[in-house]
Amino acid sequence: MTSEPVLVVGGRSDIGLAIAHRFAAAGHAVQLAARNVTTLAVDKADIELRHGVAVTLCELDILATESLPGFVDQLAPLPAVAVCVVGLLGDQAAAETDLKAAALVMRSNYEGPALLTGLLANRFAKRGHGTIVGISSVAGDRGRARNYVYGSAKAGYTAFLSGLRNRLAKTPVHVMTVLPGFVRTRMTEGMALPPRLVAAPEDVAEAIFRGVAKRKDVLYTKPVWRLVMAVIRALPESVFKRTNL
Amino acid sequence: MLISGWGRYPLEECVLQQPRSETDLLALLGQGPLIARGNGRGYGDCAQNAACTVDMRRFNRMLTFDPATGCLAAEAGVLLSDVIASFLPRGWFPTVTPGTKYVTVGGMVAADVHGKNHHRDGSFGAFVDWLDVLGADGQVRRCSRDQNAELFAWTIGGMGLTGVILRAAFRLRRVESAWIRQTILPSPNLETAMRIFEDHAAASYSVAWIDCLAGGSALGRSIIALGEHAMAAELPAPSRTHPYDVPAKKKLRIPFDMPAVLMNSWTVRAFNAAYYHREAGKRGERLVDWDSYFYPLDALADWNRIYGRPGFLQFQCVLPLAGAHRGLTALLRVIAESGQGSFLAVLKRLGGGQGGAFSFPLEGYTLALDFPVSSRSLALMERLDEIVLAHGGRFYLAKDSRLSARTLRASDDRVAQLVEMRRGLAATSFRSSQSERLQL
Repeated sequence: MTSEPVLVVGGRSDIGLAIAHRFAAAGHAVQLAARNVTTLAVDKADIELRHGVAVTLCELDILATESLPGFVDQLAPLPAVAVCVVGLLGDQAAAETDLKAAALVMRSNYEGPALLTGLLANRFAKRGHGTIVGISSVAGDRGRARNYVYGSAKAGYTAFLSGLRNRLAKTPVHVMTVLPGFVRTRMTEGMALPPRLVAAPEDVAEAIFRGVAKRKDVLYTKPVWRLVMAVIRALPESVFKRTNL
Repeated sequence: MLISGWGRYPLEECVLQQPRSETDLLALLGQGPLIARGNGRGYGDCAQNAACTVDMRRFNRMLTFDPATGCLAAEAGVLLSDVIASFLPRGWFPTVTPGTKYVTVGGMVAADVHGKNHHRDGSFGAFVDWLDVLGADGQVRRCSRDQNAELFAWTIGGMGLTGVILRAAFRLRRVESAWIRQTILPSPNLETAMRIFEDHAAASYSVAWIDCLAGGSALGRSIIALGEHAMAAELPAPSRTHPYDVPAKKKLRIPFDMPAVLMNSWTVRAFNAAYYHREAGKRGERLVDWDSYFYPLDALADWNRIYGRPGFLQFQCVLPLAGAHRGLTALLRVIAESGQGSFLAVLKRLGGGQGGAFSFPLEGYTLALDFPVSSRSLALMERLDEIVLAHGGRFYLAKDSRLSARTLRASDDRVAQLVEMRRGLAATSFRSSQSERLQL
């Protein structure tokens, strides 16, 4: 019953695994890409057993940008849907003073994901079909003191996806930007978050699965975030700069 | 964090840990006493510890499956509902299942759960091939009937007190469809109900709903439901080509704590009488889907809220066959007179099969019912305890939230062995509120 494969880049993350399970449940083969990917052997077995689909593990270090074309070349077959879940929240305080820490956050959230997404989009365009799903963040909707290094990189990725979508709008290739808001994952573990704004990884995966079927452009996986961010974006800068959001 | 079992009593402020890996788990071991917790479907305080309760649900991966034997190896936090969702469409079903599918593999092992087929097949432990158990020394031990056999025997039914169950391999059985041929047999009293159980010892599944508030000549009136896995050829034509598909069910939810006062002897008596007569009218055989047959209460999410905020107490005992009729009569009389019965009361014939060294089942009859939490209920249950002791019966710890250490010891001469075993394993750092109360 295996249908066209889905590539999940960042296959170790809670959201990545949830997405893999959701597509596998619908009969899609799965390609999981991550660093030290062999350590995902147990997850591979789990997805294969639960859903009766094939799972391939693909080694990938998204920061080793020179290796990205080779990575895309060896995907067999080229997936129908590619989801990029890679991200690094990092430590904002450290990123304010430590250039290396800041650069790591910028490269992990923008450079790596954007370059890989662009490569995959070109292949999809050449083949004539495919869906790119980029997981960005509501943090990219407006830079805030709390996480602007991360937020600015995500803003870059959001803009990249927007431009890519614009470029490919007249082709069958579809690009979807996903803005999840707070999600209960390793990244947010231990943070005190407002319960109404928090989603489970499975909720995000479900929303993405449906969004792909409906060819959504920009998906707030928890709809309340569209409103929250509209308000935050609408604040005049003179007011916004004094807030502590 | 406030934690309780499914009965929502006792509610206890506990430190809840949610490890993702064995490394996380090892770090917790060094910090003091702890107990592993699955999906919180044990009724009482068996899976909580104020100092450290370890939520095992992140260990939720299925590992291997052998279609030649039906043996599935899985991490302890895998839910039975997920096992069924994955394997029933491929023609496999759990060999033993409790009355809810929202239990973890680890929880089923720890409680050595039994199902409607206990009289024939025994309990869950009988179908476990091996376990991986993390000991207090930080070592993971593979145990089975051949290897670390003592640890294996005491871990099945050991309520998590021998170590943390990490992985288990257990058998599924082949089924030809997702349907059960159910036969309803109403019984006007206890004696007839017991005769029906004895006459149908060959049935794959059997269980009875019992009206514990009916008194006099109707004492113990019951609705007995027998079941057999339906063969594909026994299904009506439209289902025959898709034997594992069943109609999707709407899931209802109890959205808030119902006022406890709604659960009184008048409402329950009226409900029970109406239910008995309604079900008695269904006498005979029909096809029922697996979910409705095995897990009727799962269709009502958060059903534990119907007893209101104070929660409820479960009472489940088993009486040895010889004195079962006398003992059950005495229990039912006391309950009916008290007027405190519930509508969720179950009678079942158990066989001799015990999965582990400290398992609950023994050959005889088990009675399970719940009571709203109150001092009256607690007093009533102590009277029931005495009757159980007088008839040589014992208690199911997966349901218990209030038994005394003295009563447990009087009911079960294996307690001393368990305590000794725990000392020998240096496993005394695995403690639950229940094990403290029962001085295990």
